[in-house]
Amino acid sequence: MYDMKALYEAESVSDAIRLRLEHPEAQIIAGGSDVLVQMREGKRAGKELISIYGINALRGVSIDGDEALRIGSLTSFSHITRDPLIQRYINVLGEAVDQVGSPQIRNIGTIGGNTCNGVTSADSASTLHAYEAIVELTGKNGVRRLPIKDFYIKAGVVDIRAEEGEIQTAILIPKASYENTFGHYIKYGMRNAMEIASLGCSVNVRLSPDKKTIERCRIAYGVAGPVPMRAPSAEAIANGSALTEEMVTEFALSVLSDINPRDSWRASKAFRQHIAVEMARRALIASIEKAGGVIA
Amino acid sequence: MVVGNSEVRVDGYDKATGRTKYYEDRMPAEALYVRIKHAEKAHAIVKSIDTTRAEAIPGVVKVLTCFDVPNIPFPTAGHPWSMDPGHQDVADRLLLNRHVRYWGDDVAVVIAENEVAANQGVRALAVEYEELPFVLDAQEAMRDGAPQLHERFPGNVLKHTASRLGDYGAAIRKPGLIKVEGTYDTPTVQHAHIENHGCFAYAENGHIVVVSSTQIPHIVRRIVGQALGRPWADIEIIKPYIGGGFGNKQDALYEPLCAWCSTQVGGRPVRIDCSREETFVSNRVRHAIRIHIVSWLNPDGTFAARKVELYSNQGAYASHGHSIVAKAMGSFPQHYPCPNMECDAWTVFTNRPAAGAMRGYGMPQASFADESNIDDCAKAVGMDPLEFRRRNIMPQGFHDNFSGNTNYFDSFRVCMAKGAALIGYDEKRREYGHDTGNIRRGIGLATFWYNTAVYPISLETSSNRMQLNLDGTVTMQCGETEIGQGADTAFAQMAADAIGLNSYRDVHVISCQDTDITPTGLGAYASRQTYVAGFSIKQTADILRGKILDYANEITRQAVSNMDIRGGNIIRRQDGSVLMSLKELAMTAQYNPVHSEHITAESTYTIRNNAYSFGCTFAEVEVDVAMCKATVKRIVNVHDCGNLINPALAEAQVHGGMSMAIGYGLSEQLLFDPKTGKPLNNNLLDYKLSTVMDHPDLEAAFVQNPEPTSPFGTKALGEPPACSGAPAIRNAILHATGVAVDRTPINPHVLFAEFSKASLIHDVWQEKEGSKNV
Repeated sequence: MYDMKALYEAESVSDAIRLRLEHPEAQIIAGGSDVLVQMREGKRAGKELISIYGINALRGVSIDGDEALRIGSLTSFSHITRDPLIQRYINVLGEAVDQVGSPQIRNIGTIGGNTCNGVTSADSASTLHAYEAIVELTGKNGVRRLPIKDFYIKAGVVDIRAEEGEIQTAILIPKASYENTFGHYIKYGMRNAMEIASLGCSVNVRLSPDKKTIERCRIAYGVAGPVPMRAPSAEAIANGSALTEEMVTEFALSVLSDINPRDSWRASKAFRQHIAVEMARRALIASIEKAGGVIA
Repeated sequence: MVVGNSEVRVDGYDKATGRTKYYEDRMPAEALYVRIKHAEKAHAIVKSIDTTRAEAIPGVVKVLTCFDVPNIPFPTAGHPWSMDPGHQDVADRLLLNRHVRYWGDDVAVVIAENEVAANQGVRALAVEYEELPFVLDAQEAMRDGAPQLHERFPGNVLKHTASRLGDYGAAIRKPGLIKVEGTYDTPTVQHAHIENHGCFAYAENGHIVVVSSTQIPHIVRRIVGQALGRPWADIEIIKPYIGGGFGNKQDALYEPLCAWCSTQVGGRPVRIDCSREETFVSNRVRHAIRIHIVSWLNPDGTFAARKVELYSNQGAYASHGHSIVAKAMGSFPQHYPCPNMECDAWTVFTNRPAAGAMRGYGMPQASFADESNIDDCAKAVGMDPLEFRRRNIMPQGFHDNFSGNTNYFDSFRVCMAKGAALIGYDEKRREYGHDTGNIRRGIGLATFWYNTAVYPISLETSSNRMQLNLDGTVTMQCGETEIGQGADTAFAQMAADAIGLNSYRDVHVISCQDTDITPTGLGAYASRQTYVAGFSIKQTADILRGKILDYANEITRQAVSNMDIRGGNIIRRQDGSVLMSLKELAMTAQYNPVHSEHITAESTYTIRNNAYSFGCTFAEVEVDVAMCKATVKRIVNVHDCGNLINPALAEAQVHGGMSMAIGYGLSEQLLFDPKTGKPLNNNLLDYKLSTVMDHPDLEAAFVQNPEPTSPFGTKALGEPPACSGAPAIRNAILHATGVAVDRTPINPHVLFAEFSKASLIHDVWQEKEGSKNV
């Protein structure tokens, strides 16, 4: 039995916006795999809830007019993993969210909930950062789109404006971001299931047509700081470089200039730094191999 | 013969279809919710509790605090009662505590009409504490000036025992000995059974009835009576099916508090349902034991002398207390006999959760230390670890005077030989251990010592009741409990053979124990159920057979000595002819207008035997050095647990234990904040229970040497599978990397530290960082 004050069920996006404006203190709930856990712990006890879970228009993956990949915010992890468009254009995202918790959690958990929860360990977050995803928010004044790096404000806080009645409606991956791009995600956990990432690392590359050099490399981490983050120094080393072992090593080592993991009882800073380098190395090698490149 | 077949569990269909009823399925709809206020201090005195806000919450019926409970200290350990006061468990518990001894101690309860109001009530309690210094480590708690937990135990030592063999001091002066010393640390872990502990209590006809998820209903009756200061017969404990226990429920947990709460609301039904977070902290845990071993080896690789010191972290309350480390210490002189030994064991109170029984009862800790040290010894004398064990392990014919146990069959060597052949030990020992790259493979083994049941330390008694049904089947009640391990099925199989029935399905085992009805037994612990129940089943079956044949004599006019019961029929021995079926006999006996008889039998057997149960684990690992991860690629357990009653269930039992051992070796550990004593990871996300994704196929093998003392040739298998896995994995990692890790769990944090120390991780980036900072 959950300690909630009231539950409002939105039937459409406009209905959700109306409810949000009427109940500005209410908590939005989608699949509930984060919110209900927090309520059980007493953190959100006694709150009003607005459920958007019934809004089917927010489910599914499609290609929009700009050829951007559009992922409805209520699309579950298991549907993302099995979606043909995801598999074709951004398979790494499907692989990443397939490492969330357990089959049950992946069936109920949504990508919108995963990002709106605002935690650095979310398995979708590093890949969405590495692909420069766009977050679509819909409120009383229409649609607002912002880069995912601006969506995350600080640990547990994202840019959704309750006073505007906003809810997250989609996550977009622009064509320029996914085209000819191949990525790899490594989740580092203490066990192989039911796990929260000690560190997550997502790398993707686009190779030159002759597959000899990296045209563009992007790398992002979860749990390397309070919010998911890119590693620009490492990217600068890889961009335009030939596929050599030396480049891979230099790339991997340079992530330490960018990331800022913390000491906690879950893992020490020194351990996370050590692992971050090795993960960068392995994820870059795997991305290059997926793109058809051969490291000399 | 029914014994020895892999029969389907008697409760299998109901469990698979969700029909089986657990305590919550029997809950009266009107039961009030009891929620416990757990202290948020590791060590403190409660000065006051303001209950006014909680009492004002709609739905809250009553708030009770540590200032309201009777001042009757009681013990909680699930040990048989001893008539000798010197042998009784330490009574150091109150129902709620003013002296808070660990973070999570019980200080108050809120009783409410629903769960939400009860939870709100607990959050609304304002507790004022006087904080005291706390201590989490056993050896630190023994130091002068350490915080004191119990007035009766100055210096925090609950008990110290020692054993001496030969003359250690003289023996180590012999020249040319090789010294191998190590300190081996094991963590606080929790049972993490699927069903959390819970219970409900109500008054009925002047009795207090408690329906509880427990392994030991008859013992809990005594403890509830003690805690409430009422005659034991006033208490009735009902044990339905339970979702596992692994020893946590071999203690009185919240049954006494629940029973008392019911008395405080006029006997209305009240329920206590532990959350997972409470189960981790406020039930029982496994003792963290630190074991210091000094081995002195002759140059030929035999032992000259050994010193063993064990420090057992008891946590805040005595519970099973010194029994655990005493068992651990007792294994050393037997497992690897050595002429000169000094062993000392201390059980020490600290401000951690109370440690109690957990599968293995001290042996996973002892095995980790002893078997790690054995591999270190083998390495020191340049001998293969398997060969080292063959030379030094308990020989065939070894006899222990205390327990009366004899190693009749050379079980250790036979099990090791079987395991080595199954996993291909010799080839892999040669092939692995030379990798220099990032991925390194290794193979290791470990053995374990175990005995069955608790004789002669405590009483071993088993009672049994059988009745012949009108259809020729038999209904049976045992005091031994089904806790998910398959005991009822094994009992049915043994009874079918002992009586002479056609099938184990012809024995209806009443699974639920009700202490007002069920003949007295002590419950599930000490890997004793099949062994001890076997005696009373055989004895009671003989009585039942005698009554059946006596009646058959009236009907058939054949001499009792010339008849037998086979396959559910009365037969004549001389020609094997069927005289009548048991159904015909039962109907006739029941409805005979001249001599009507309901044929039943009941008896108690006092077991005054024990039995060794030995075995080993072989593990193959792959270590990813840069990622600081060890993965078990293959693992094999071999057990000599006597004759198998049900091979499929035995295998399942071993699989479960192996899974626990993998978690114990690689990932599981309850953590505490050193600054506050607060548990950090008391949930299933942060407590790294190993999952099915973390282990390979689990391989179980058996050596079936019939146990001579048992009517069915059987002995312990419940706990042994959890004992030797962790050191086998540790020894495989040693083989793979050359790094000897002297603590569990061997998780990536530990490997990161150990590999850094051993310079296996080449930290070029650290050098780079260093130069940058300069």
